[in-house]
Amino acid sequence: MQFHKYDVVIIGAGGAGMRAAIESGQRARTAVLTKLYPTRSHTGAAQGGMCAALANVEEDNWEWHTFDTIKGGDYLVDQDAAEIMAKEAIDAVLDLEKMGLPFNRTPEGKIDQRRFGGHTRNHGEAAVRRACYAADRTGHMILQTLYQNCVKHGIEFFNEFYVLDICMTETADGPVCTGAVAYELATGEIHVFHAKSVIFATGGFGKVFKTTSNAHTLTGDGMGIVFRKGLPLEDMEFYQFHPTGLAGLGILLTEGARGEGAILRNADGERFMERYAPTIKDLAPRDIVARSMALEVLEGRGAGPNKDYVLLDCTHLGAEVLETKLPDITEFARTYLAVDPVTEPVPVYPTAHYAMGGIPTNVHGEVLRDNDHVVPGLYAAGECACVSVHGANRLGTNSLLDINVFGRRAGIAAAEYALAHDHVDLPENPAAVVEAQVALVLSEHGHERVADIRIALQATMDANASVYRTEDTLKQALHDVQALKERYARITVQDKGKRFNTDLLEAVELGFLLELAEVLVVGALARKESRGGHAREDYPTRDDTNFMRHSMYYKQGEALSADIRLDYKPVTFTRYQPMERKY
Amino acid sequence: MTASTAEQTSSSGSKGSEPPVPEGAITVTVKIRRFNTEFDDEPRWDSFEIPALPSDRVLNLLHYVKWYLDGTLTFRRSCAHGICGSDAMRINGVNRLACKVLLKDLLSAGGKPTTITIEPIKGLPVHKDLLVDMEPFFEAFRAVQPYLINYSPEPTRERLQSAADRERFDDTTKCILCACCTTSCPVYWTDGSYFGPAAIVNAHRFIFDSRDEGAEERLDILSDKEGVWRCRTTFNCTDACPRGIQVTKAIQEVKRALLFKRV
Repeated sequence: MQFHKYDVVIIGAGGAGMRAAIESGQRARTAVLTKLYPTRSHTGAAQGGMCAALANVEEDNWEWHTFDTIKGGDYLVDQDAAEIMAKEAIDAVLDLEKMGLPFNRTPEGKIDQRRFGGHTRNHGEAAVRRACYAADRTGHMILQTLYQNCVKHGIEFFNEFYVLDICMTETADGPVCTGAVAYELATGEIHVFHAKSVIFATGGFGKVFKTTSNAHTLTGDGMGIVFRKGLPLEDMEFYQFHPTGLAGLGILLTEGARGEGAILRNADGERFMERYAPTIKDLAPRDIVARSMALEVLEGRGAGPNKDYVLLDCTHLGAEVLETKLPDITEFARTYLAVDPVTEPVPVYPTAHYAMGGIPTNVHGEVLRDNDHVVPGLYAAGECACVSVHGANRLGTNSLLDINVFGRRAGIAAAEYALAHDHVDLPENPAAVVEAQVALVLSEHGHERVADIRIALQATMDANASVYRTEDTLKQALHDVQALKERYARITVQDKGKRFNTDLLEAVELGFLLELAEVLVVGALARKESRGGHAREDYPTRDDTNFMRHSMYYKQGEALSADIRLDYKPVTFTRYQPMERKY
Repeated sequence: MTASTAEQTSSSGSKGSEPPVPEGAITVTVKIRRFNTEFDDEPRWDSFEIPALPSDRVLNLLHYVKWYLDGTLTFRRSCAHGICGSDAMRINGVNRLACKVLLKDLLSAGGKPTTITIEPIKGLPVHKDLLVDMEPFFEAFRAVQPYLINYSPEPTRERLQSAADRERFDDTTKCILCACCTTSCPVYWTDGSYFGPAAIVNAHRFIFDSRDEGAEERLDILSDKEGVWRCRTTFNCTDACPRGIQVTKAIQEVKRALLFKRV
């Protein structure tokens, strides 16, 4: 075992982690621990843009952006946080430009902007051009630019260090975070990082679903670690399904395509979004478009031999727009479906995409241990966190914004906290949990195969807990997940070595996935209403009387099968009263 | 909608059984270069017979081996659609991303049996099977100052850049640092101290960015004996790039900038 001592430890090297590192690294001694090599993170898969009311191409202001974000989130958004995000969006984009990000430009040389779902002029009048973009690889350019700036500032990375636990020390004032414990993939060695502050920036957990835009590595590690520590997770039932995944594959096709004018059609060629969202049509928020697509298919108007998808029609955009503004998605359709978007419509269907919920934080990125108290020294930012700026449904582009605004805030807050405090002693045997966990997975205690359990999990989640849910489907999902947890207690891995044991890695990841899937399903069962990304067929309307509040989940005990306690947290309102959500 | 049970929607087999073979699958042989530096003295070849669909990516075949046949098979992967750059490997002798090559493009003609050969990328030390040490590759990247250098006072708004100036370096902004180009380069194979194509591509991305003022420093670095002059224009790198970057052309443009001292 090895010990290290830093002021700030950041877990994860995607957009939020590296944005935090750029701030923290210039103020305090900082280490970034990452399961993947930097630049491999899934921020790089984001395509369409990052919204900010720059007003470079038409009138816009951050107050409209705030309103759109709150309405888009079906009023479950904490309005103070949304206001901060929309206001700071402008500097967040300008900061990236100054760091070197190659945005597309207007004829005057300013940052160009395009339309995106749910982003409107003057509180819903019409779609507004607010998304700053770099072709359809905006996330790639953000990830590269942030890594480039980490290189510039000499940020210290520990690549392929898989964090499996954090250290919590009990003090007179309550628990304090004092470090993190990592498994080094190259050697199998365990490392304890003693720190004054720790930032989680570990991304989402899309791999609980089968059809997903998420990377194989998005297994909710950070959320899982926090949950196992008895700390809460927030709003986990709200999971976003992106309307336009490549049918059958789930690979993302940006909403920016519709921003540039692409149209969704059913088997009859009808532009069906005109029926569901008469004002902004194909540019309605993702939850509405995804449900509309699912309904078209359920009602028999799906396209293809099995009538199980709809069509994204880009043919009228012309080859030049596709090649210059949407080159990557054009290539994805050609490579993976052998469909050329220039001449044919592309088969698409909703794909599991983004967790609105996560580790609850305040607007400084400090992690909450209950509704009223933070854990000193512990921070979270990006998809793994829930501030909550996305409420029940995130608007497109607001995740790239979230990682930049709240990654920066968490980095500054963690460094300032570290500068103002001394190291608190680590708890006794800080690596004990991780040592036991690794030893258990490697020991012979059963013969269940990790892949079988994971595939069964993903199948039941797709079938029973995706775009539409009912009491029956969710109970089935809960039953399945709990049975899979029992099987997980009897897993075996073939690789018993120490060197790059990715067999072990996948087994550990599956443990987090099972844990988080259960929280999602328990939350979805308890929320007997439909709001944003959570659509209950048996409770089709929003119920503000009973459910205008955040869900908070706590793990009761340490066993994988331990019960989940559900509590609630009030939503913060500033100036927007809930209204019916029409587009 | 009605509930579907896990039993209906998945194979819940115990260890040893393999998942049901999908309709339309064909059997292919996947021959993989194996080497675990923890236990093995030297590399060997392992072959696996796998049922697969023509639309499967090579990555699917590797997952099949890892998940059902041999859990010790080791490779990197993440996004699975050619964006993260994790799964560069030598597939039938050429550098490709395993998630971007479909089986249908590797099938033998006339329905003859198909064998797919998979090796680690060359020129970087192998750690385990298809997983290599990426550190020398990233070291070369970091050595070319791959970030915007600008000494002028920052404007309050964005720096202006014409669409034409932005277009000038568009191609090289696509790089995902997968190392397909660098590890396809014969010069890099014989002499690992050469920066390699990827590092030069990333230098190009800044040298030709109108907002950047560090071209001179970078060109100094690249005119070093391990720099651009080592390139012998074999075009392997351009052929290997999964992002379609004109890598050799970018290297030529950097050479020209050095010769004529202007960008």
